[in-house]
Amino acid sequence: MIDTLRLTAEQAHRLLAAGEVTSDELFAAYLDAIGARDDELHCYLHVCEQDGGAGIPIAVKDVIGTKGIPTTAGSRILEGYIPVYDATVVSRIRARGLRILGKTNTDEFAMGSSTENSGFGPTRNPWDPSRVPGGSGGGSAAAVSAGLAPWALGSDTGGSIKQPSALCGNVGLRPTYGTVSRYGIVAFASSLDQIGPVARTVRDCAFLYSVIAGRDPCDSTTVELPHPVELPEREDLNGIRIGVPHELNEAEGIEPGVHEAVQRAIDRCRELGAEVGECRLPLSVEYGMPCYYLIAPAEASSNLARYDGVRYGFRAQDASDRLEMYERTRDEGFGDEPKRRIMVGTYALSAGYYDAYYGQAQKVRTVIKREHDAAFERFDALVSPTSPTVAFPLGSRTSDPLAMYLSDLLTIPSCMAGLPGLNIPCGLSQRLPVGLQLVGPQFGENTLFRIGHALERALGFDGVPERLR
Amino acid sequence: MAIDREQLLHVAHLARLELREDELERLEVQLNDILTAVSKVSELDLSDVPPTSHPLDVVNVWAEDEPHVSLSVEEALANAPERDGSMFRVPPAGS
Repeated sequence: MIDTLRLTAEQAHRLLAAGEVTSDELFAAYLDAIGARDDELHCYLHVCEQDGGAGIPIAVKDVIGTKGIPTTAGSRILEGYIPVYDATVVSRIRARGLRILGKTNTDEFAMGSSTENSGFGPTRNPWDPSRVPGGSGGGSAAAVSAGLAPWALGSDTGGSIKQPSALCGNVGLRPTYGTVSRYGIVAFASSLDQIGPVARTVRDCAFLYSVIAGRDPCDSTTVELPHPVELPEREDLNGIRIGVPHELNEAEGIEPGVHEAVQRAIDRCRELGAEVGECRLPLSVEYGMPCYYLIAPAEASSNLARYDGVRYGFRAQDASDRLEMYERTRDEGFGDEPKRRIMVGTYALSAGYYDAYYGQAQKVRTVIKREHDAAFERFDALVSPTSPTVAFPLGSRTSDPLAMYLSDLLTIPSCMAGLPGLNIPCGLSQRLPVGLQLVGPQFGENTLFRIGHALERALGFDGVPERLR
Repeated sequence: MAIDREQLLHVAHLARLELREDELERLEVQLNDILTAVSKVSELDLSDVPPTSHPLDVVNVWAEDEPHVSLSVEEALANAPERDGSMFRVPPAGS
């Protein structure tokens, strides 16, 4: 009997290697779990009845192109689109024998913080189905927490891996920008987008990162890792210096229960031998959000220009001329959030406004990068809550775009600086998971894994949602 | 910096979006709220600060100019909403 709610990928690998379970039995166990629980949760947009390979199953966010398997990025405008090639990350997981269980739900084009912007209906949080799983990668995060996949791939532009992992109570890594290929993914904001792993343990997360990371000739923004990925083993934090950025820990809007859980985890870091000190990131937190909501929509407005009804995806019918076909295809195919961002981005890039908006935002980005660089002269990693709140009720932020944007207040600054960030669960508040964010310097993943693993062991958080135990 | 109805229609045209009246009404309010919030970046005097377009210090990535296998015509057209032989078919250009 395979308990998909508790099985880690590392354990699955051991069972496979010992011949105690076959790859087909593993795959079937997850399909059964999906059959039993996904009607309620809606983690998957597409389930693969079978998939080649002899290894461990995996779920893949639907912004990642999969040859022969529908890929919609959560948008009606890509309904029916079947890629004719694999994204590089998919080629890499396939080369290791991993088998794709299906494509997970996402806010349309990864634009959102709750998965409610999906063109195919929301995903629900396995801890409380009346609440959101976070977003945009709510499908991947909820699938891992609900035992519908042992691990998954996500994508993160301003928090879309870390924040859903926080709200669902699992481990998610946004890698250093440039360490994982973006070839074959549906582009949102190209200077920010990163693919990364979602898993049940830090060791699984580190292993999956080692599979997908490294230079890809098909993506010229990628680089080779300066040092190999180390699977964390140590359970102490001796010699580690952890910074506590005041603005990320005391920001207005952080719920008291979230603050307390994170503070308790910081105390544990001290007990495990870390040196902990306060630091400041004043401009990064105050100006990170406005900077992000200029740069991301500007790049999105350019990237989403390709959805014109000509080469693939949805096309509006019976248009009398080409312009009408473009305009109606895009009006009928895109949902509200992509339209909002396309409009903001097009305006910010239009003649006369470029310097004041996009140009100025890129300078703010330099300021954010410098503030973080200064912090990393004193510290190996920075710690804070990942999300200011625990999972919020469906519908509670959908009518106010700016309220939804604040969900990513604490994840955005490090994304702007291209830095890696790891979410690990650190406790419960209102019986819902609280996520702790660890941010490192560029290529600092191994340190994040070491801290995350030691804390994970010390905290002993049970990642199985109470209602499913 | 407020955006009025005329600008909104101009931007929608640039973005090739045909927006319905109810969408225009909602967007006029939401876009102004969003633009007010993001305009905060102009508070900072950053005249001496260089822009960051890319977070890593990577420059001049070259690839050898070598021919390689690419998508076949059939693969390239596999997802076409409408095709005509080896071409994508689209409605005629307007007047």
